Amino acid sequence: MPSHPQLAAEFIQDKDRAHWHDQSLWFVRSKRDKAAQQLPEWELLREQASQIKQHTVSRLPDLLEEFERNATARGVHVHWARNATEHNEIVHGILKKHNVSRVVKSKSMLTEECHLNPYLERHGIEIIDTDLGERIVQMQNMPPSHIVMPAIHIKKEEIGELFHEKLGTEKGATDPQYLTEAARQHLRQKFIQAEAGITGVNFAIAETGGFVVCTNEGNADLGTSLNKLHIACMGIEKLIPRAGDLSVFLRLLARSATGQPITTYSSHFHGPAPGQEMHIVLLDNGRSEISGSDEFRRSLNCIRCAACMNTCPVYRRSGGYSYSNTVPGPIGSILGPARDPKANSTLPFACSLCGSCTDVCPVKIDLHHQLLTWRKEIRVKGFLPFSKRLSMKMMSWMMQVPRLYKLGGKMARWIVPKLPRFLLYNRLNDWGKQRELPEFPKQSFREWMKQNHDKQ
Amino acid sequence: MTSSKDEILSKLRKQSVPPVELPDLEAPELTQRWIQYPDPTAQFAEVLSGVGGVCYQVKDIAEANQKLAELAAFSEARKVCSQISGCGDPNVSIAEITDPHDFEDIDFAILPGEYAVAENGAVWITNDGGPARVLYFLAQHVALFVPASAVVNNMPEAYQRLAFASNSFGTFMSGPSKTADIEQSLVIGAHGARSLSVFLVEDAFQTN
Ligand code: SF4
Repeated sequence: MPSHPQLAAEFIQDKDRAHWHDQSLWFVRSKRDKAAQQLPEWELLREQASQIKQHTVSRLPDLLEEFERNATARGVHVHWARNATEHNEIVHGILKKHNVSRVVKSKSMLTEECHLNPYLERHGIEIIDTDLGERIVQMQNMPPSHIVMPAIHIKKEEIGELFHEKLGTEKGATDPQYLTEAARQHLRQKFIQAEAGITGVNFAIAETGGFVVCTNEGNADLGTSLNKLHIACMGIEKLIPRAGDLSVFLRLLARSATGQPITTYSSHFHGPAPGQEMHIVLLDNGRSEISGSDEFRRSLNCIRCAACMNTCPVYRRSGGYSYSNTVPGPIGSILGPARDPKANSTLPFACSLCGSCTDVCPVKIDLHHQLLTWRKEIRVKGFLPFSKRLSMKMMSWMMQVPRLYKLGGKMARWIVPKLPRFLLYNRLNDWGKQRELPEFPKQSFREWMKQNHDKQ
Repeated sequence: MTSSKDEILSKLRKQSVPPVELPDLEAPELTQRWIQYPDPTAQFAEVLSGVGGVCYQVKDIAEANQKLAELAAFSEARKVCSQISGCGDPNVSIAEITDPHDFEDIDFAILPGEYAVAENGAVWITNDGGPARVLYFLAQHVALFVPASAVVNNMPEAYQRLAFASNSFGTFMSGPSKTADIEQSLVIGAHGARSLSVFLVEDAFQTN
């Protein structure tokens, strides 16, 4: 798999697009700030949310059983899956039993993680993503590049072209209103024709055996209220103990995600409607390992709001695909290596340690600390790339000989300002990519201290 | 062979995760700090319009009917359903429909809501699973009727009033369906309702 730096380098080659991507996400981040400021109790909510989630993880097996008991009592079929393969087999099994050949799905990063779509398609089942952003990337045969705004990296001209080809919209049309209307007509057809609805789960409630799905488009609700079969797929960390806890999480989720006061639809499902059948698939897929780790356990708090990626200077400038992971950005760079440290060894380095992710995270995950811890782990495991090992060795060698360090600094201050640009901004200097190097000071800090302080 | 369930649970049980206490959300030191508004109804109306909906405060169903008649979406509607008695002059009877697909071409649906939440412009609606549930999402335009006295300040207050014992389905609806998936431009009317009007009605009214 290509590393993050390689893929990021490809993304930033198109300077205008990289800039546009950066701006789009920053706009969303600013909306989040405004929404957070409207609630004076914001910090208190984050504190409660974090505590509730930590409590949940500390009692996860009991709460999962409580959830299963209560859901079953409401007539829901509960299934358990160790990994993606089991998950997909379970879903396929249910669909087969009901002779279903057309499914509509509302956005679910979990089914992305399991690659459910290609699996079902291989078995002859049509599965249509109904979230507009997801439908766009599905038509392109690509995965989402962002967990809340799956098509944030695509320009409207490209969507116009795609819709012209697939939905027969007018050539050259780029008006979002017009394109959304075309998608509405197309997807309403699919909703009407479908025989089953699959949704993700935002929160599952141990106390009641119910679960909540949040969307802005109403696609989860259309997909499930028109059909007799509803399959909900959830990671085991999506649990919360009590229904009342939702009063904390629903206040945080949409405000953190897009700056909305709440999503348009926050639907609470408590068992099948009369004549319907409802299934829930509980997936582990590595989550139980994370729960066993003192360093990374808190990453299971995540409610997938995407605030950390919207604010991340690296994500904004390198694009979601550069992470090669279902969940990109800061939280993805923690979850990715947890699943496969070798394949994802460059992700914890896709971070400037600015700490902005930790500041915005509604459930108070110490993201940048965990990323730093991952860097150490990756070095210990021997997955550090050679270039990083070499530069760290050189650095440590120089640091150990103070005279050498002083001399190096002196030479650099004298030489660098005189160098021609091509020597400074080239492939060998990663610091010169996408930015101007700072002006070199005339003096070293040590010299400055001698002149200004030591004499007093 | 152990089942997946046993394996997942036993793996989790073997771990020693330090206990963390569950916060008491009813504790006064918390509840006192949740946001309150001097005029929750005005706040609700403002937030609702911010998310693309409209709020009407009316005395009774007769006044609501007058307001409805002024709405283009209502007067141009060909097929109308109503669950509020005496309201909207419906021409499709909900009671006669057993398959939700038959609601495919409903233009305007008039439906009950239980509470309105000032902090986020949401209305709590429930449904016991009849085919009418789909109307909230499938109708081109939706009007929700909520008792004017049922406006709460915030989500903690809303959850205190909710019970999940009887209804299999409930939703907070905040404004019409929308998307911003094309270059972050907000478009109203993605899959669900193209417009949402919320009527806060002072006098008691009946549903049918
Ligand atoms: S880590 Fe925090 S900020 Fe990032 S997606 Fe999860 S909850 Fe949101």
